[in-house]
Amino acid sequence: MGRKSRGHKNTALHIRSMKDPFGIEREAQDRSQAMARFLGWCSLGLGVTTLAARPRVARMCGVDDSPTAQTVLQAAGIRELGHAAALLIPRRRVGWGAWTRVAGDVMDLTACGRAMQTRRGTRRMRLTYTMAALAGITMIDLYTAMRATRGRRMKDGTRVQASVTVNRRVDEVYRFWHDFQNLPRFMHHLESVQVIGDRRSRWTAKAPAGRTVDWEAEIVDDRPNEMIMWRSVDGAKVPNSGCVRFVPAAGGRGTEVRIELGYSVPGGAMTANMAKIFGENPGQQVCDDLRRFKQVIETGEVVRSDGSPHGTAIRQQAKQRPAQPLAMHR
Amino acid sequence: MKANCWVAPNQVAVENVPDPQILNPRDAIVRITSAAICGSDLHLLHGFIPAMKKGDILGHEFMGEVVELGPGARDGLRVGDRVVIPFPIACGNCISCERGLYSLCENSNPNAAVAEAVMGHAPAGIFGYSHLLGGYAGGQAQYARVPFADVGALKIEDDIPDEKVLFLSDILPTGYMAAEMCDIQRGDIVAIWGAGPVGQFATCSAFLLGAERVIVIDRYPYRLRMAREKAGAETINYEETDVMDALRDMTAGRGPDACIDAVGMEAHHPSAALQAYDRGKQALKSETDRPHALREAILSCANGGVVSAIGAYAGFIDKFPMGSFMNRSLTLRSGQCHVQRYMRPLLDRIRKGEIDPSYIITHTLGLDQTPHGYDIFTNKREECVKVVLKP
Repeated sequence: MGRKSRGHKNTALHIRSMKDPFGIEREAQDRSQAMARFLGWCSLGLGVTTLAARPRVARMCGVDDSPTAQTVLQAAGIRELGHAAALLIPRRRVGWGAWTRVAGDVMDLTACGRAMQTRRGTRRMRLTYTMAALAGITMIDLYTAMRATRGRRMKDGTRVQASVTVNRRVDEVYRFWHDFQNLPRFMHHLESVQVIGDRRSRWTAKAPAGRTVDWEAEIVDDRPNEMIMWRSVDGAKVPNSGCVRFVPAAGGRGTEVRIELGYSVPGGAMTANMAKIFGENPGQQVCDDLRRFKQVIETGEVVRSDGSPHGTAIRQQAKQRPAQPLAMHR
Repeated sequence: MKANCWVAPNQVAVENVPDPQILNPRDAIVRITSAAICGSDLHLLHGFIPAMKKGDILGHEFMGEVVELGPGARDGLRVGDRVVIPFPIACGNCISCERGLYSLCENSNPNAAVAEAVMGHAPAGIFGYSHLLGGYAGGQAQYARVPFADVGALKIEDDIPDEKVLFLSDILPTGYMAAEMCDIQRGDIVAIWGAGPVGQFATCSAFLLGAERVIVIDRYPYRLRMAREKAGAETINYEETDVMDALRDMTAGRGPDACIDAVGMEAHHPSAALQAYDRGKQALKSETDRPHALREAILSCANGGVVSAIGAYAGFIDKFPMGSFMNRSLTLRSGQCHVQRYMRPLLDRIRKGEIDPSYIITHTLGLDQTPHGYDIFTNKREECVKVVLKP
């Protein structure tokens, strides 16, 4: 999110997908797909040129003296068409398509290297230029492929969902949630949320070493007893957004609460920041948040045991203390 | 304070630990006057329940006097009240609690995520019963913290002795629920596997609920004698008699209308080979529980009957006789007892003299002797049926 892209405004106000309400995921995808498409067109051009004008290409590369080279070039031309197909035929993900180009580059570099061993003079010079160009293209291909693959891995970090059923009427649940100052009671990574205006609030999250990170958020959509959607305003360190929906469970069985949080995770630094604010596993964190939300709204307290004196938290569960009272002065 | 702690499989020890304190508004601190060792504590002792930690305080059957109350527990309780504490911890606010399914409280297990990973969904937290069920300190101690005391604690207002009401915390309601799940009709014959404390109370309860005859199956003559003499049951010693033959004979071929498994995961089988088969699988962790009693209960049950599984199971079993179960229209019912649901009505029955649960007590020990109590209880020494501790 963060950037003032067109996708933002459109998607925030007319949600197209509950899975990606602000188009965060799509934006990141769009960027890596554009690069991959460009490379796809390059492959197509190169493939067609090589096949149509093989002798000229061979001369340009300095391998016009060998019949084997002609065959190799023909094979490479056909292969380029394969890359083009992999990158240009529309599909959801282009990660592996970009990697086929990297593999092709390695083959080409190897072929050039072998050709160089037996050639001298102008041919050798031309081959050197070809090698240099190939090396450059390899770098671009490698970068694109890695980005496309990382984008896919990052996808899990950019959006987390969880749901819970609570034994309270939908209007009570909506009202409780609408008062953002209640959130730190069950969202343990938050230190405080301060309401500073009609739709604005200031959020402070805990960070390691006693530090805090804060940002301002605004409500972008608010439908009483139905849903609340908010996002951080421009300038937040970790641009983020959230949406919570309330639906009465059938048969008077309380209210189904579904929450979705999104973070913009463009790169390494941001990823580190997100981990600082939301813990290492945002998905698990949100599940824990909702369990505590249920405890607080149903029973009025976060449930604590001697083994888990700080209450429900998955990290706590991994390193339980013995089930005996904490040593403290009474 | 002193408390009985789990140290390692087959080892418990009385240790000095910090006193409990109020952690939440609805907590109470109880000074324990009587506690008991439950048959299910033996599964913990033997190391068959996962997620135990060295130092965990055991015990989920206890009663005592309220010595401290959080601000949210002061509605129905006062400092000085005499209370019996039910073993499942329940909030009273979630849908499960509202339906009376207290042992399925949706809020009281802070480690619900771990329990969900093992069981699919999480049951309630239980005192002193592993970190899977919440990591709560138990009541084989001088003091205990009782969460949601406003819902759980049953006030005892007269001077009825501890021995008569202590078992309202677990085994009396558990035995009663085992019989209630059988949906007993006039003329029904009920068979009960296990003549331990729960089996004894299931016997009384089955008669209270209108059973015509109750047949109890065990291998310890002294326990079978108790079921005969104190509760009026007929008995089968499975080490001397083939159970299925005997039941067929005693019911003129029909089989018992309802069968209660009051044994659970550590059942024994008279055939050494079969016992070794399941014990071996358990050791290799290819099954966690030995279901001899459950298998036999299913195969013995009359067509269309009910199998009520009240003995504790932890994980997975092999060779569940599904074909018999399905083709003969059996019903299987089960659950950790929803103690809060039964405490008051059963207290009334105790007051009226319809039940006196104190008859099962064979040993009364000081807290310091708790490890000895576990020893005689698990090894069935000194004709032990039930050990009560006086902290």
